[in-house]
Amino acid sequence: MAGLLRLEVATPERMLLKENVRQAQVPAANGYLGILPEHAPLLAELGTGVLVYEMENGQKKWMTVIGGYVEVGPDRIRVLANRAESADEIDMARAQAALRRAEERILHPAPGVDIARALNAAERARARLEAAAHK
Amino acid sequence: MPSLIDIRRRIRSVKNTQQITRAMKMVASARLRRAQERVINARPYARMANELLQDVVAAAGPELVEKLPLLAVRPERRVQLVLITADRGLAGAFNSNLIKAAQQFLAERAGQEIELELVGRKGRDFFVKRPVRISGETTGISQSAGQNEAEQIGHKLIERFTAGEADAVYLLYNEFKSVLSQRVTVKRILPVEMPAAGAGREYIFEQPPMRMLEKLLPEFIVLQVLEAFLESAAAEQAARMTAMDAATSNAGEVINKLTLYMNRVRQASITREIIEVVSGASALE
Repeated sequence: MAGLLRLEVATPERMLLKENVRQAQVPAANGYLGILPEHAPLLAELGTGVLVYEMENGQKKWMTVIGGYVEVGPDRIRVLANRAESADEIDMARAQAALRRAEERILHPAPGVDIARALNAAERARARLEAAAHK
Repeated sequence: MPSLIDIRRRIRSVKNTQQITRAMKMVASARLRRAQERVINARPYARMANELLQDVVAAAGPELVEKLPLLAVRPERRVQLVLITADRGLAGAFNSNLIKAAQQFLAERAGQEIELELVGRKGRDFFVKRPVRISGETTGISQSAGQNEAEQIGHKLIERFTAGEADAVYLLYNEFKSVLSQRVTVKRILPVEMPAAGAGREYIFEQPPMRMLEKLLPEFIVLQVLEAFLESAAAEQAARMTAMDAATSNAGEVINKLTLYMNRVRQASITREIIEVVSGASALE
């Protein structure tokens, strides 16, 4: 189909999405990648962030992606995420609590607290909140 | 000869057991459906991850890939065995087959130093009392295990392998073949056996292929652990369902036999009473 990309998002536990999209914005490890049809084949690591895609009818959707890989072909995007959740699935209260907890740990580190882990947790929570804001 | 009341009591007791086994069978078949779904849902990712791995291997160049630490084949002196059993019993030979296979594994490698990583209560209960080396245990997850649990155990295995605490890592679990058959499977996950390089399409790599591989391989191992968990969960429910189905029909047989026996006993006592009446009457003549 001209002008459309096949977007597939899978996690180890399930296939999350199979959708024809006009374009997608993927949170790669080195920053966001905007992908349109006829993109050159690309392989990249994913970071933690929000995947935004525009469906055939122009509607935009958001989902959280945490780690993994993305493979881009001329007419498809395959996202192999370690974890991914669509915006409707995200528990905002839980993400907010996680963010507060992580920030608390970063600002007032108790002995034995792993700062790197807290930073990661904060990043994950922020990505979830950002996606969930677009429910 | 047991009295009628005794037999009736036994029939009632068998019927109660049968009701329980029938209910357990129904629960198992409902859970089996869910577990099977999880196995099927996990398949697309596994397939795609395999393809991805092949592409990356092709790009990285097979000579370089062979030097990765997770591929290092060492003589197997210290071996790690991950035994995945169920948390609950009443599943036919599900757990005992696994435990037997584990003991056989230990016996076959008597010269090697084997450490067990136990997942599932049944395997733990068995080996905890025996003189074997145990590197760790995880219980209570046999039906709910997902990516988090697989990561935890997978990373531990990788750490032990890279630290030289284990020269090889094997998974021992029940593979879900069909509802009627589960197969005990031994699978080596470390050192990693590299899939052959793929067709090698011309990709732009955001990260150097070798660096990607270094991150991808651990995830590949976690994926295999997750697959084993999911397979085992489905196999457990299938085994329980078959076992409970057999138990239900066995109980039915026992009930039939007892009913027959009860009728015969009742008939005998009626006959005896008639004889008594008749002989009493004839004595008066």
